[in-house]
Amino acid sequence: MKPPSLGAVLLGFIPFVATCFSVALWDRVYPIVLGLPFNFFWLILWLLLTPVCMWGAYRLEVTRASGDGRGQGGLR
Amino acid sequence: MNASFVALTIISVIVAVGSVVGFLARFHHKMDLEQWTVGGRGFGLMLVWLLMAGEIFTTFTFLGASGWAYSRGGPVLYILGYSPLIYVVSFYILPPIWEVGQKHGLQTQADFFQVRYGSTYLGAFVALIGVLCLIPYVQVQLTGLGLIVEVASYGLIPRVPAMIAACVLVAAFVFVSGVRGVAWVSIIKDFLLLFAAIFIGIAIPRIYFGGITSMFAALVHANPTHLVMPGATKDLGHAWYISTVLMISLTFYMWPQYFAASYTARSSRVLRRNAVIMPLYAIAMPLMFIVGFSALLVLPGLSNGDLSLLTIVRKTFPAWLLGVVGGAGALTAMVPAAIQLLTGATLYAKNLFRPILAPGMTDQQVARLARIMVLILTVGALFFAIFTSPSLVSLLLLGSAGVAQLFPGVVLGLYWKRVTTSGIFAGMITGIAIALFLMLTGRNPYLGLNAGFVALCFNFGVTGLVSLLTTVGVTGFDEPFPAIIASSAEEGTPIA
Repeated sequence: MKPPSLGAVLLGFIPFVATCFSVALWDRVYPIVLGLPFNFFWLILWLLLTPVCMWGAYRLEVTRASGDGRGQGGLR
Repeated sequence: MNASFVALTIISVIVAVGSVVGFLARFHHKMDLEQWTVGGRGFGLMLVWLLMAGEIFTTFTFLGASGWAYSRGGPVLYILGYSPLIYVVSFYILPPIWEVGQKHGLQTQADFFQVRYGSTYLGAFVALIGVLCLIPYVQVQLTGLGLIVEVASYGLIPRVPAMIAACVLVAAFVFVSGVRGVAWVSIIKDFLLLFAAIFIGIAIPRIYFGGITSMFAALVHANPTHLVMPGATKDLGHAWYISTVLMISLTFYMWPQYFAASYTARSSRVLRRNAVIMPLYAIAMPLMFIVGFSALLVLPGLSNGDLSLLTIVRKTFPAWLLGVVGGAGALTAMVPAAIQLLTGATLYAKNLFRPILAPGMTDQQVARLARIMVLILTVGALFFAIFTSPSLVSLLLLGSAGVAQLFPGVVLGLYWKRVTTSGIFAGMITGIAIALFLMLTGRNPYLGLNAGFVALCFNFGVTGLVSLLTTVGVTGFDEPFPAIIASSAEEGTPIA
């Protein structure tokens, strides 16, 4: 099985850093943003930003797949 | 007309309409095994989205999210943390899973293991784990449904008859229409659920506090530590958050019903696009938290936090709206229960019964056995739901830690040629043993970490070590292997 491209993996890694590993940095009530405690605001923001990252990864993978199709004489 | 009658009528109408749609979904489709389990691999972006969203937003998220916000506070954020990340992971693993599924005519998760590792016994073992972990999940749905109907009918309908009625409907439309029925019922369910979530999530803080901003301000004032981890708990801190979010997001698609849902897609591109847009659906989740937090201020001291959402809706709104929320909640239990039953029944018939006990069965016979198993599993889950009430959440946690142990077998199976059948067997058994031990002896979280995560780390270690010490059999999906699945199909349906 052909692994995904490095660029696409790195784009997928961004949401993991932002919402998982960095929890100690954003798990706090202040500053309150748009009426929400900061930790809520941050995670809701990433519900919206994650599709942006994955859209980038999608573009990369689709371009690569069509490029490969030509290179290997359209094996699929 | 009294209030319970109004609420009950609306719930019944919603459930009836949902079930009729489930039955009608079979029109124009001949229900062979391929159509029944994976919808003939013909679902486009919209149906795949509905199916996946429909099965992922369960009663556990509906009642449990507000319940955790109410009783535990800050740690509930793990739900918001893993929600987008499971789709990030699905972006990388579902397309290859779909591609090998298409190539080899796979219909279940156990098929994947059987073909990748060339071992019927490994397939059967994976099917067994899947069925055992699915039963408590169905049980959670049924119990949630019983609670919803009981509260929404103002106690008029006790939970047991409600559960039985819902079970009959679910088993019937799964029996008749298979996965297509589930996907179509999801349309109604998602529409109602989003309406209910957005409406009550905005209206409740507005009615009691004047808005979401003032609700949070009041909560910060009344209970300043409730909103950050570990909230009202002692041991659910940041290490627990990271290990739990990692474990759930990596292994979420190891639930056999979610794994198999990827086979319904028309192409792998549909799955990738689905992964891009799905996080947006989780936007309803914070609204559930907001309802739970509002309930903590308005109705403190409820003994069961899982009832906080329904109780505050009943206190605040007229009966018809309670009926709509109750109906949405009932469908939210029925849709996931339906797909769980369908998956469990298929796993049993196709990957446990046929290879071990009756290798000569045709696909038609397997399809018949699977449909009968839907009825048997329904009765089984109903029995557990009625007679064993305590610690449902712990059962479900055990189930998700159990299916998580299938992750190395899938990922290494896709990307590592050196992984062996013995390695996978040894790793899974180690992982399950550790998860069982830690959870049953009350050691979850263990050293501040999620017990399933600890088990998964050991699982990976043992899988790698044993694989390097044993000889490789099948190295991947590209090489020819004895066609185990096709051989028992005899002259049955052409699968690929």
